[in-house]
Amino acid sequence: MPKRSIVPFGPQHPVLPEPIHLDLVLEDELVIEAIPSIGYVHRGLESLVAKKDFNEMVYVTERICGICSFMHGMGYCSAVEQIMNVQIPRRAEFLRTIWAEMSRIHSHLLWLGLLADAFGFEALFMQSWRLREKILDMFEIATGGRVIFSVNKIGGVLKDMPAEMLSNFVAVLDGMEKELRETTQTFLDDYTVKSRLVGVGILTEEDAIRRGAVGPMMRASGIEVDMRKTGYAAYDEIDFQVITSKECDSFARCKVRIAELFQSIEIIRQAVSKIPDTEISVPVKGFPNGEAYVRLEQPRGEAFYYVRANGSKFVDRMRVRTPTFANIPALMQVLQGCQFGDVPLLILTIDPCISCTER
Amino acid sequence: MAQFLSFTKTVMKNLFSKPVTTAYPAAPKIYPERTRGHVEIQIESCIMCGMCMRSCPPGAIEVKRNENSWSINRFDCVQCGYCVEKCPKKSLSIVPGYTTPDSKKSIETIIKQSDGTEGEKKDA
Repeated sequence: MPKRSIVPFGPQHPVLPEPIHLDLVLEDELVIEAIPSIGYVHRGLESLVAKKDFNEMVYVTERICGICSFMHGMGYCSAVEQIMNVQIPRRAEFLRTIWAEMSRIHSHLLWLGLLADAFGFEALFMQSWRLREKILDMFEIATGGRVIFSVNKIGGVLKDMPAEMLSNFVAVLDGMEKELRETTQTFLDDYTVKSRLVGVGILTEEDAIRRGAVGPMMRASGIEVDMRKTGYAAYDEIDFQVITSKECDSFARCKVRIAELFQSIEIIRQAVSKIPDTEISVPVKGFPNGEAYVRLEQPRGEAFYYVRANGSKFVDRMRVRTPTFANIPALMQVLQGCQFGDVPLLILTIDPCISCTER
Repeated sequence: MAQFLSFTKTVMKNLFSKPVTTAYPAAPKIYPERTRGHVEIQIESCIMCGMCMRSCPPGAIEVKRNENSWSINRFDCVQCGYCVEKCPKKSLSIVPGYTTPDSKKSIETIIKQSDGTEGEKKDA
């Protein structure tokens, strides 16, 4: 039997922007088992519900994550709105949809850049992030913030996007789509990129279900799971197909995310053409009493929000299950039997967001 | 052939075009109108009700009714805009332009004088 050794990986590692620690059990260069330990960036945001009133909490939940910040705020707001039986105006729902899809483009482009960086293609990394910059600028024009938008409130949204701004954004996205095709073609065609991704990190359909994977990780294993199909916000009026791939490897995950970029642009176009002209928020009176949960599709997968309120201005309990948390068991499955040199790349393919996971 | 040199077109384009970044600080940054840079107060219309102080998520604002003063710790402020939304007199606004960094935290205080105009500003 070959000699086994244990190699610590992280919490500080060039490929990880955020800290997570893995103990890798190696047999020569082969990973036999990976044992994760998390908890390096736990901030106790969930327990802040006892100190901040339920309106202020919107700004706290937004800060759970720097990439899907908008959707965290949206998840919390819709859960509280459900408890209070508030029907937000249709325009606010459309605006939330548009911002959510813009966040998805921005998150997937960030991931593509990090992936290129992980296999050492620096120019491609810069190119991806350069495209992402346009989305960030659009966010700043529309909401006043590039990363944290602070536009959600219980009962709707705070800022409107006038028709002119929306058509400008669609024009920018149209131009961006062409550049995006050119850049993503490199990911899909290039020999060097393929040699690092194709056939690496297979997660079979059964394993994906058994390990409870979510989001692009699940869809790349050929399973049609997308919370947007449940029709929250304005997604019930939008026509789109869930993107899946049967190949189950790292390349499939890359392919699914690239296809989702173009899908998001299409969804924004549809939303802009269908957006009704109504109010953007309704006044909310009183305090929430009851409990509710919300499931929504973040760029990384399904996020689950649970809120229980007791009729006072403080919420009793808030619980967030983030997509990365659900994907860590699947990652451990993928790491079993892989080459030691592929570990950084495979960790990236789940699009890890450790701040989300630990809150 | 597509699998080799697939990035060459982009490289060529980038080599012979202007840089996409701006020459900051030679070319100054122009912020969009909605940028949440810092909070400003029109002290003339302020009624010292303290709504902003009570609603501020990080607790950066302090209102002293007996001294007629409104103060903000700009290093604690997260530019969420909740105070602007809560202000009953619309005295607060959030405007573009970020405040300057410093080596130690300071609190900016604005005092409302008896004739309603803005009094002395002090940093502590």
